[in-house]
Amino acid sequence: MREIIAGLLVFAGALLALLAAVGVLRLPDVFTRMQSSTKASTLGLGLLLGGLVLLHPSTEFVIRAGSIAAFIMLTVPVSAHVIARAAARTGAPLWIGTTVDERPFEERDDGGHGA
Amino acid sequence: MLNLLLLAALAILAVSGFLVLLRIVSGPTLPDRVVAIDLMGVLIVGFVVVSAAATGSYFFLDIAIVIALISFVGTVAYARYIEMGEAEEE
Repeated sequence: MREIIAGLLVFAGALLALLAAVGVLRLPDVFTRMQSSTKASTLGLGLLLGGLVLLHPSTEFVIRAGSIAAFIMLTVPVSAHVIARAAARTGAPLWIGTTVDERPFEERDDGGHGA
Repeated sequence: MLNLLLLAALAILAVSGFLVLLRIVSGPTLPDRVVAIDLMGVLIVGFVVVSAAATGSYFFLDIAIVIALISFVGTVAYARYIEMGEAEEE
């Protein structure tokens, strides 16, 4: 029973990774792709590690899985923020349906003439 | 049943890696490719974690930690490169 639950957790984590990949492939601009990527990858990897710990509940697995989870939870938002800042400052094009652009005029890709 | 679920998880992770690879190839701008490469690092870590769960060997998890570390440093370096390259042009 415990093995089946662990297998289902790992399967759900893989499905979330697939969701992140489909989002990165299908969403319209950099910022929406980043949103899909980070959210689904943190939760997906958390589910994978939860399934792993449930499957092998020994000390060496739990310590390593916990450190991987802590490291991913710390670094994925930081790296997403760094890429988002770089993309925004270099004038990455926004989706055509974006309603609010809070960048200063001179940092936009169209020089501030569009929406 | 457990082996079937783990194999299905590995297959799904491989398919999602292929989709991310399509985005890396076709991404219109450099930040798109960097986001896709970052997600590819997370997918590789997930693949290694599922391999550790399937084989029962915890040495895979050390590899996963190292891959996560290198992926993070690489992403930050790419982001700095994007900003600096734009600053030098102006």
